[in-house]
Amino acid sequence: MVDGLGGNDAAYHAFLKSLSVHLRGFLRVRLARLPDDVEDLVQETLLAVHNQRHTYDPGQPLTAWIHAIARYKLVDLLRRRAGREVLNDPLDEELDVFVASENEASDARRDLAKLLEQLPDRQRLPIVHMKLEGLSVAETARVTGMSEAAVKVGVHRGLKALAELIRSTDENR
Amino acid sequence: MKTDDLISMLASDAGAVAPRVWRMRYALAIGVGLVSAALLMVLMLDGVRPDIADAARLPMFWVKLVFPATLAAIALLLAVRLSRPGMALNHLGMVLAAPVLVIWLLAGAALLGAPPQDQAMMIWGETWSACLLNVPLLSVPAFIGVFWVMKTLAPVHPARAGAAAGLLAGALSATVYALHCPELAAPFIGIWYLLAMLIPAAAGALIGSRLLRW
Repeated sequence: MVDGLGGNDAAYHAFLKSLSVHLRGFLRVRLARLPDDVEDLVQETLLAVHNQRHTYDPGQPLTAWIHAIARYKLVDLLRRRAGREVLNDPLDEELDVFVASENEASDARRDLAKLLEQLPDRQRLPIVHMKLEGLSVAETARVTGMSEAAVKVGVHRGLKALAELIRSTDENR
Repeated sequence: MKTDDLISMLASDAGAVAPRVWRMRYALAIGVGLVSAALLMVLMLDGVRPDIADAARLPMFWVKLVFPATLAAIALLLAVRLSRPGMALNHLGMVLAAPVLVIWLLAGAALLGAPPQDQAMMIWGETWSACLLNVPLLSVPAFIGVFWVMKTLAPVHPARAGAAAGLLAGALSATVYALHCPELAAPFIGIWYLLAMLIPAAAGALIGSRLLRW
């Protein structure tokens, strides 16, 4: 994580990868009633960890920081669902079967790629070119006709907007 | 999008993150908040009290400054911790009670030592309503500034974080207002200054529980 914050992309990738496994276990136990939502919440938490990585203090235990974010996102999800799904209580008896099951990524119900398409161009294009197609900042700037500063801001704001979009679409679903 | 694709997306060209950026942001918000409060005081309230040089010789003048300044310092520590995930509060909430207890002890001693006919004046003073109005008013710029900083960070308890932000703004404002305010009685400070600072704190809790979600 600390290497990742220092700009080492490979270290950061490895960190996020192992974090996703950890989060899946952490959330699966706590979200036993909504097993279908686990992968969505893993993604939402990963995005939050990325968007908020400047709030991590190198002197602080990493797990405390991660778990606080995961718990916040979990409570936020349950709060959003509270109005709608409290009356449904599916599969209460057979839950253990699911809890103990596989540890690899299942499919998320919510497609982040679709949400990404809803972002305005100035945020969507930098994310698509830089983060999905792997272009550099300079190349992205050339392709989109934006300045390099605007490209960087677009990626940053776009990922934050994506997190907001997750929350608002979830509320209205 | 699969989780692995999301991870690849997030990790590509993630870039370095400056550690502890929040320090500069809080410093900026507090600096701008204090200067703005002072400007508002000059524009709306004719600045500091005219006899400030004489008043500065009285210990109670300094008590009146140090009380809100101490609360501001504790509220800042609270705000800084509450705006980042997983930071322990270390009983800071209880530490907040210490300056309040001290001022209440001073107030109690002052009331006990005063003749009965003076006690009402020590409590109500002549400007309690101005105090309740002006401290929240002067706190608005710092309130906006600190909320802006918190919005860029990640408070996991939005209402509590908002309350700390509001208390910080209110305490900064009260420290500035103390330079204008003519009152010097400890009971006045222990009641009206405290209430006046709690108004932005309560507003912060209400606004924070909505605005500071992420």
